[in-house]
Amino acid sequence: MTGIEILSDKCVGCKACLKACPYDAIYMQGKLAVIDEAKCTLCGACVQACKFDAIILRKEEETQKDISEYKGVCVIAEQKKGIIQSVTYELLGKGRELADRLNVELSCILMGHNMEESAHELIFRGADKVYLVDSEKLTHYQDEPYTRVITELINEYKPEIVLCGATSIGRSLISRVAINLRTGLTADCTGLDIDEERRLLLQTRPAFGGNIMATIICPNHRPQMSTVRHKVMKEAEVDKTRKGEVIKKTFPDKLLASRTKILKAVEEETEKINLTEADFIVSGGRGLGCPENFSVIRELAGTLNAAVGASRAAVDADWISYAHQVGQTGKTVCPKIYIACGISGQIQHLAGMSSSDIIIAINKDPDAPIFKVATYGIVGDLFQIVPALAKKIKELTR
Amino acid sequence: MNIVVCIKQVPDTTNVRIDPNTNTLIREGVESVINPFDMYAIEEAVRTKEKTGGKVIVISMGPPQVETALREALSLGCDEAILLSDRAFAGSDTWATSYTLAMAIKKIKDFNVIFCGKQASDGDTAQVGPGISAHLDIPQVTYVKKIEKIDEKSAIVYRMTEEGYDVIETPLPVVLTVVKEINTPRIPSLKGKMTAKKAQILAWKAQDLNVNDKFIGLNGSPTQVVKIFTPSPRSGGEIFQGETDEVVVKLIDRIKDELKPKF
Repeated sequence: MTGIEILSDKCVGCKACLKACPYDAIYMQGKLAVIDEAKCTLCGACVQACKFDAIILRKEEETQKDISEYKGVCVIAEQKKGIIQSVTYELLGKGRELADRLNVELSCILMGHNMEESAHELIFRGADKVYLVDSEKLTHYQDEPYTRVITELINEYKPEIVLCGATSIGRSLISRVAINLRTGLTADCTGLDIDEERRLLLQTRPAFGGNIMATIICPNHRPQMSTVRHKVMKEAEVDKTRKGEVIKKTFPDKLLASRTKILKAVEEETEKINLTEADFIVSGGRGLGCPENFSVIRELAGTLNAAVGASRAAVDADWISYAHQVGQTGKTVCPKIYIACGISGQIQHLAGMSSSDIIIAINKDPDAPIFKVATYGIVGDLFQIVPALAKKIKELTR
Repeated sequence: MNIVVCIKQVPDTTNVRIDPNTNTLIREGVESVINPFDMYAIEEAVRTKEKTGGKVIVISMGPPQVETALREALSLGCDEAILLSDRAFAGSDTWATSYTLAMAIKKIKDFNVIFCGKQASDGDTAQVGPGISAHLDIPQVTYVKKIEKIDEKSAIVYRMTEEGYDVIETPLPVVLTVVKEINTPRIPSLKGKMTAKKAQILAWKAQDLNVNDKFIGLNGSPTQVVKIFTPSPRSGGEIFQGETDEVVVKLIDRIKDELKPKF
């Protein structure tokens, strides 16, 4: 029987499960916790929270595949205009570590056109094998052909773990692949570990805007698939002496066909540095007062070669375009240094930037919530502090 | 044209506060709302209907209280609502959720375009939209920020990329997942609210959908949550106050190692 049950002989009425339930689905009946089935989503949060093993979540295990056939770790490379994206090197760094712990091979799937040289770069970065699929039809990313190629290769080589970047391409692509393979996919992981005894990938990811972390497994299906957040894992080092094998694969044209067609790829030159790629970000919020004052932010960003971010308040006021928005309904970033200027630090904003290495907050309100997460905070007028900071950094870099 | 929009009910995080002592979400009094990204999907579905004619069918899977979200969608201009609520669906991960939604859409039969928000604000996976299109074996365009042209056969849309956007032509039916930039959602009219209040909502259960029991709910979900925890809180750090020049010097002193490559 599938379902959830509270064992009345073990429940002591401590209410720990009530607090843990994200859906407000547990209530007290006398001294016993009771689950409201109309609200419960079987997420299992209460099972974790119960210190008395009084909550049981039962699941019928599906066993359809011989999962022991699956071996090895496989990274899906991402390229744009023939250039391997740095998230791929981060995946190779983590992938190598996981493969070594499992004592298996690390492979990499690379699709594109005229990419042979890059295939060797992937070996220098830790891949033992690179499956290279080179075709003019794969020059630009397209959902359908990329999905079919990866599905075919995974069915042929049967890796036990597949890692893909949690980028806009990666998230669109690998979701389709996971459906086709009838396997689990955990989005946007920030931590990956191995349960060596059970040979399982432990995938940790934020949920509820980063307020809760969840560790997720995929016990009975293979491969175990994750998308990994950019800038969280360390890039693999280059070792030009590394040896590996480039295996060229070809597929019939029919498999590479796409029903959607890219008519045009437009690059917007509004800001040179991509927010999600940036090592430094300077962000402005409501405290700026008007769109012209973003010049203060841009000046500091210029001295640091940083990207310009913004809070939702600034975007909603039309002071800057949505592409700059950091937070729950904008971009999630994790730079080395995040400088928040005139941003109060609403929970939605924090959700998008709280994993930055260092957070610097500049705000005139000493009680602003942003100071609670800031590594360093300056209480004061941003129109004095930010230009002074820019000036000082300029002097030092000269 | 038959337009489908898939929505999810989520806890309203715009009012969420954090308990300063435990650093956990204070959920008391937190209402459920339509996932913010789905509001743009509803709006775009209704705008599309206003251009091409036809009707908008809104679907949501979840516990019975999801009915409120569906009524809100009706008040915003959707014409029909389908609630997928069954204990058998509980515990679905993204595989099982997209399968169940896809089976419901198959039951509708005549559909030209399916709108979804780019992701939900609680799970943040962005997997269900592409999942639906994979189950239905139809094309998808994710992160759509503009629909330039749409008719019964094809559409031209702008897909947001990290660098800018791609202009993509797609045949219909298609799944489009939309971003905030695509529109500004309307506020429900009084008439819309009245109609929504009285509207009949179709309720479909597992047995109505011709689903394979192995693919739905907890049993149909390949992934399994083994641990849930609150991240170790970021402790508030050093706060500087005083003369501008002084605080700036102090700050630079603290971060000079990180800045070093620049000097």
